[in-house]
Amino acid sequence: MGKILNQRTVIAVLVIFALVFPLIYADNRYVLHVMTIGFIFAISVYGMNLIAGFTGQLSLAHAGFFAIGAYTLGILTTRNEMNFWLALLLAVLLTSAAGLVLGLIALRTKEHFFAIYTLIVGYLIYLLIDKWDGLTGGVRGLIGIPIPDPIGPLTFESATSMYYLVLAFLLLSIFISVRIVRSLTGRTYIAIRNSEELAQTLGINTRINKLVSFVISVAYAGLAGALYASLTRFIGPDVASTNMVFNFLMYLIVGGIGTLSGPLVGTMLFIWLEQFLRSYQEYHLLIFGPILVLMVIFFPTGIVGGFYKIKAKLQHKKLPKESKYFNPVPEKSTEK
Amino acid sequence: MAFIEVKGITKKFGGLTAVDNVDFEIEQGKITAIIGPNGAGKSTFFNLINGFHKPTSGRVFFEGRDITKLPVHLGARLGIARTFQTTHLFEQSTVIDNVIVGHRLRTKSKLFDAVFRTKREKQEEHNAYQKAMESLEFVGMEKIAQVPVSTITQEEKKRLAIALALATDPKVMFLDEPAAGINPDETEGLAQLMKKLAASGITICTIEHKMQMIMGMADKIMVLNQGAKIAEGTPNEIKNNPVVIEAYLGGEPIAEAN
Repeated sequence: MGKILNQRTVIAVLVIFALVFPLIYADNRYVLHVMTIGFIFAISVYGMNLIAGFTGQLSLAHAGFFAIGAYTLGILTTRNEMNFWLALLLAVLLTSAAGLVLGLIALRTKEHFFAIYTLIVGYLIYLLIDKWDGLTGGVRGLIGIPIPDPIGPLTFESATSMYYLVLAFLLLSIFISVRIVRSLTGRTYIAIRNSEELAQTLGINTRINKLVSFVISVAYAGLAGALYASLTRFIGPDVASTNMVFNFLMYLIVGGIGTLSGPLVGTMLFIWLEQFLRSYQEYHLLIFGPILVLMVIFFPTGIVGGFYKIKAKLQHKKLPKESKYFNPVPEKSTEK
Repeated sequence: MAFIEVKGITKKFGGLTAVDNVDFEIEQGKITAIIGPNGAGKSTFFNLINGFHKPTSGRVFFEGRDITKLPVHLGARLGIARTFQTTHLFEQSTVIDNVIVGHRLRTKSKLFDAVFRTKREKQEEHNAYQKAMESLEFVGMEKIAQVPVSTITQEEKKRLAIALALATDPKVMFLDEPAAGINPDETEGLAQLMKKLAASGITICTIEHKMQMIMGMADKIMVLNQGAKIAEGTPNEIKNNPVVIEAYLGGEPIAEAN
């Protein structure tokens, strides 16, 4: 019980911190902007975590889907002057539909073939955006994407209001991730990650489950992309670049792939590291590279995974030898 | 009607005939063993019944139904369970967490239930937990349900794999070398467990190299050699079959090998 309470306190403290954060930095638009961008990327990384971390299929097309979400919103709100909320919904739906079609093909491949295939799909999406001048504005990109339309008295003109809007979507995304992972559906995904063969013999339709997991993860990317477009108000083909997807992957691996808090930890860490190392320009990669290599060697499950491992080891040591095989379930029944 | 009937099944991998025109029947509630030297096609034979491989020719019937082309996961829903030579367990997770998913095929909760944590989801999670606990009790591991898999012994992992198969509510269980890599005492325990499974009404079909174990518990034995069935019968018939002795046991009347 103590453990759950503990975890709850940590979550409560974090949420309160996120809520009061804009009050602390009320007049620092830069800090708020960086934080908001970080939240948006975190949403996308949560999506990646679902398919790569929990279902075990490393999809590298996520920047492509992020871009589809961003461009759908951008085109619908600038060219068609559509209401932001409707455009946001359509952006998520269209990205999911694209994910469904590509997933049907991509999921016929496995392991590294799947990773390579999705990497190429991501690159094709980049090329499509870059070359299709008429629709996407090509290299010039899309300019003047409007801010979200007000909902009743709620307006989204200030940096603070955008921050809260994105935070709300991030919390919703995390909530849905947690619900999925801790459900029977989540167990199904983890079983597939563990061994596809075994999952099949346990009666799991691996093809359908992988596809559903892929589509949800893509929907996350689409949502993040759409929010990104309306926050930065300008998008270029760069949002679909392979650099973007490898950034997401780095956040995920260092934070903790296959853990529920890893995406947030990794994204926040790198978003701020990048800001602090800004003056070194591209040389910041000299620091990111070794961090990534060291993490993969010593903490393959990232910061969060490593934390839990160390914690479990300490607990195991603390217990006297006989009670190592301690089982709370029968114990409870004897107490009655 | 035979419980499981295999008719003239053949599997060719390019020029290699892994399973060659085998006819075989498995009786309900019995322990059937498949033996044969390494590379005889035993695992391939399992994979053909299971649906991992589609046969080059021949058919498989389960309770009178043609399951030759049935996908693996649908076979599992009919009640066909199997374990693998190498255990594919999730090491970082606890014993019970590994077994709960075994009952997934008997639940109906979808993504919607997961996100909204519906009544059905909660009920089915509870059922799956209960079933997993029952399965662990059956194999005698309920005391270590909350222990991480990475800390349990090899023999416990073998039992855990059986518990996982048991959680699917199977009618028949195919065990691929369940006693490989464990010591003689533990082998005896595992043999007891297999007898207990058969007594509870689950048909057992096993591949095994440990002769003493097989001879002591099997109702029927099939011997495969180079993909072909060379003998079939009770342990006594197999022991005294000159073809088997020559082809498999290398001239020794009884193999004492463990």
